Amino acid sequence: MSRVIQVVGLRYRYPDGTQALDGIDFHLNSGESVALFGANGSGKTTFVLHLNGLLRGEGSIEICGMPLEDETLEQIRSKVGVVFQDSDEQLFMPTVLEDVAFGPLNLGLSPDDALTRARTVLKRVGMAHTFDRAPYHLSAGEKKRVAIAGVLAMDPEILVLDEPTTFLDPPTRRDLLTLLRGLPQAKVVVTHDANLARALTSRAVFFDQGRITGQGDVIEIIQRFHWEYS
Amino acid sequence: MHHLVIDRWSRGSSSLHQRDPRAKLAALLVFLVVLSTTRPAAQWAFIAYAALLIVAAHVARLPILGLAGRAALVLPFSATFALLTWWSGDSLRALALAEKSFLSGTAALLLVGTTPLTGWTAALESWRVPRMLILVIQFVYRYLFVIAEQVQRMRWAALCRGPQQRGFRLAAGLVGVLFARSWQRADGIYHAMLARGFRGRFVPAPPAPFRSSDALFFSTCLAGCLAIRILL
Repeated sequence: MSRVIQVVGLRYRYPDGTQALDGIDFHLNSGESVALFGANGSGKTTFVLHLNGLLRGEGSIEICGMPLEDETLEQIRSKVGVVFQDSDEQLFMPTVLEDVAFGPLNLGLSPDDALTRARTVLKRVGMAHTFDRAPYHLSAGEKKRVAIAGVLAMDPEILVLDEPTTFLDPPTRRDLLTLLRGLPQAKVVVTHDANLARALTSRAVFFDQGRITGQGDVIEIIQRFHWEYS
Repeated sequence: MHHLVIDRWSRGSSSLHQRDPRAKLAALLVFLVVLSTTRPAAQWAFIAYAALLIVAAHVARLPILGLAGRAALVLPFSATFALLTWWSGDSLRALALAEKSFLSGTAALLLVGTTPLTGWTAALESWRVPRMLILVIQFVYRYLFVIAEQVQRMRWAALCRGPQQRGFRLAAGLVGVLFARSWQRADGIYHAMLARGFRGRFVPAPPAPFRSSDALFFSTCLAGCLAIRILL
């Protein structure tokens, strides 16, 4: 299996002086899914924002064999699709179809091709009935699906999902899980939800104060760090 | 919320909804120019303009009272100037000022009530209105709902901790927190845009064809407005 993410010695300090990441070594193989666990503020989200260059720290990051640099940023952003925790931040265009077509248009597709791709992806995530609807008219689960469609429309090799089940009710979580399991991309899943991690990933990494303090089989990590409600 | 209702109106299917947004925007501009240059003494002309708008609202199948109620929101602003004019002894001009602002508001609402946001912003774009201005309009419209919901939740949370909390202190606190959260949200949106390949420029959609029925609609509006302006 080829490495799609290789991170060595990543450090990042926020402008207020907080050391958010303190020497992170991480890898992800093609087709693999890994869960990132850790308390609030442990550095998980800061870490994933580095994977497509939204934040730039010290250390080296390679995505699909390409070092993350200014010259490769555009290609890397098409390889790493980030689904943010708050779908309202991700869905900013006036209609669902335009929102999903936003990424493909930025990749240089013609408007017709971008809209065709957006329609195809929306059908794939079960949101074909929302083409002309405004994003703020959708339910939380629908917004999440459209946000995922917006990322899939860029045809990424890696999906980064930041707390994908936040604000979702159990049936919607179940539907989302089915959808995510059917996607072939390698996945990095930031989550507090042990059930989601067990169902979706095989490996887990535990963050604590900007460091990785444990990694291994997902069930073993959940048990070792008592990462469940009971 | 007002903009949710208007958004629902704008997705209707009447013949006015089907007109090209550029034709409707041009008709609105003609109406506003003609209205603003009408003499205060020409009170029959204002009645005729109102009749024109009522007919348009009827064709668009929009609730006339709902439309008028929302347009009346401009009155507190224009009423200040109207009152000053009235105190200075020119009551006819004061009345005309209030009438003009109300009719302008109604006409603008008719446009946004029969044209989805994407339509009239695309029309503005085709007229070479600066892209940045259009983006600001789109973002304000999109996030007004999210921010309003946030205000509502914060207000409820404040009231839960003390039903007597009202007034300036509460409002000042809400505005402060809202500003900080809006700043955070703007940052999040920008990150989400960058993550999907945004390079500082939106890719515009190709313009739709301008049909002869749209030209006919605009000509009719132009003729009607000019006839009222000249004859009454």
